[in-house]
Amino acid sequence: MKTTFLDFEQPIAELEGKIEELRAMQDESGVDISEEVERLAEKSRTLSNDIYAKLTPWQSAQVARHPQRPYTFDYIENIFTDFHELHGDRAFADDTAIVGGLARLNGDPCVVIGHQKGRDTKEKIYRNFGMPRPEGYRKALRLMKLAEKFGLPVFTFVDTPGAYPGIGAEERGQSEAIGRNLLVMAELKTPIIVTVIGEGGSGGALAIAVGDEVLMLQHSTYAVISPEGCATILWKSAEKASEAAEIMGITAGRLKGLGLIDQIVEETPGGAHRDVVGMAKNLKQALEKALGHVSGLDHEALVRRRIDRLMAYGAFDEVAA
Amino acid sequence: MNWVNKLLPPKIKRADGQRKSTLPEGLWCKCPNCEAVLYTADLEANLQVCPKCEHHHRVKARARLDMLMDAHGRAEIGAEVRPKDALKFVDSRPYPVRVEEAQKQTGETDSLVVMQGTIEAEPAVVACFEFEFMGGSMGSVLGERFVRGVRAAIENKCGFVCITASGGARMQEGLFSLMQMAKTTASISELARHGLPFITVLTDPTMGGVSASFAFVGDVVIAEPNALVGFAGPRVIEQTVREKLPEGFQRAEFLLDKGAIDMIVHRKTLRDELSSLLRILRKEPVSS
Repeated sequence: MKTTFLDFEQPIAELEGKIEELRAMQDESGVDISEEVERLAEKSRTLSNDIYAKLTPWQSAQVARHPQRPYTFDYIENIFTDFHELHGDRAFADDTAIVGGLARLNGDPCVVIGHQKGRDTKEKIYRNFGMPRPEGYRKALRLMKLAEKFGLPVFTFVDTPGAYPGIGAEERGQSEAIGRNLLVMAELKTPIIVTVIGEGGSGGALAIAVGDEVLMLQHSTYAVISPEGCATILWKSAEKASEAAEIMGITAGRLKGLGLIDQIVEETPGGAHRDVVGMAKNLKQALEKALGHVSGLDHEALVRRRIDRLMAYGAFDEVAA
Repeated sequence: MNWVNKLLPPKIKRADGQRKSTLPEGLWCKCPNCEAVLYTADLEANLQVCPKCEHHHRVKARARLDMLMDAHGRAEIGAEVRPKDALKFVDSRPYPVRVEEAQKQTGETDSLVVMQGTIEAEPAVVACFEFEFMGGSMGSVLGERFVRGVRAAIENKCGFVCITASGGARMQEGLFSLMQMAKTTASISELARHGLPFITVLTDPTMGGVSASFAFVGDVVIAEPNALVGFAGPRVIEQTVREKLPEGFQRAEFLLDKGAIDMIVHRKTLRDELSSLLRILRKEPVSS
């Protein structure tokens, strides 16, 4: 698939275009210009690194939503083995915006759950743009309970614009489904390792993001509302999304600084989408490390630790009573 | 603060505006539902329920606690917890300025008032949202006060009741506000571990992050008549699905019909209902 370049990546796109041209020329003419090609490729890498080293929050948001960004299935394929997808909430339907199942990490059994977006238009619609309905959250809940029953750790991958705001979703209890997950995840007697791999969109993200260790890919975002939504409310204009992204604090670096996430997983040069295999390798190491932090705890200590962490979230002042 | 208004259908918005201009100081006011002109003192005496059409007007947090709880032996919990501008959030005005305005306007320090006391002699901790404080939005202070309320209930081995009225998360606190969903809900698991009841009373409106956290995980979930309760605002849904929403969509009666809540309780009987439910769940004898 041809690489898609974002606005701010245009200098990289131009260089890459030149490299393509040169390669084609070489193939046609048979003249060896590989040295020149390699020189340009190196320049392109440096340029990528420079641009990605200082992304603004809004640019990060665009990378997090990049059409070629690796999705949950890409990580399942490259990190886990023996994956068996399990479907359905046993009550109403199978929500394709959340996927999950049994798998192995380095041979050890586990449960994997994640939002799933689609690549092309048809698949995007099939996956409802990664926006789950209550069934999706209830399927996730069922899989978490399954994990608890068999003592398997849970790995969740967060990548959604938000829970789906639809008539049916409301009728079937979108609020209850999300709230129930928050409650059950808080007290689940097995480790939960959360990774935000793309967009961490509000309650729709949080419903599978309560865990013992919360990781974020370097250019993923996590926020209470989308920058566009925030801008629409505060400035009555979605155009101000970049300013909103700035003030809301949605990037991995900012959130790590605020103590709201635990680990930043470094992305491959030019973003995760430029090297999915390399990215999966980085993430796998991070997951192993995160699981290592809690795998030795018994159930009670594990849940205690998780709840203590949740109780510590908040920034407030205290005056003398 | 007007972001909450955006969530609401135009009718509610109009109603809210009218109420603001007539209710606080006026001798007379107009019911936003039936448009009857009411004597303010009558409305107050009737627990802010319109005597003509039974429309449940919105109630301020402290007035609500006065309606529900016994007058004696009350102690406020978590009043020492105050808002902080962790993100240095500035849009058209800095967040601390907005907070200060809301404090002046409502006389509250944040959007949740928690009170320990009794309901018809039944001990309980009651947490009540103040919708007029930045749309009852959930930020760090609300989360912490909620948790301190739950802990007080555990210490006193009594039930915990939460009366909600909120537009959702407080945007000005960024991800901190989202995390309050997880924090408040997790504290309920602590309450459950001690075998103590949690009852939620959903009042108009209860939306977004509050609806989608602890609101529906109550042991008993009650709603007030005609309260608007949902995850996404009606407008957002209308824009997404591009069709007209069904009659009464996201109203308490609709939720009851869909099986989302246990019951709709008229404000006049809420006190009786709560004390009776708490007594049953705590396996106490019938009150004398």
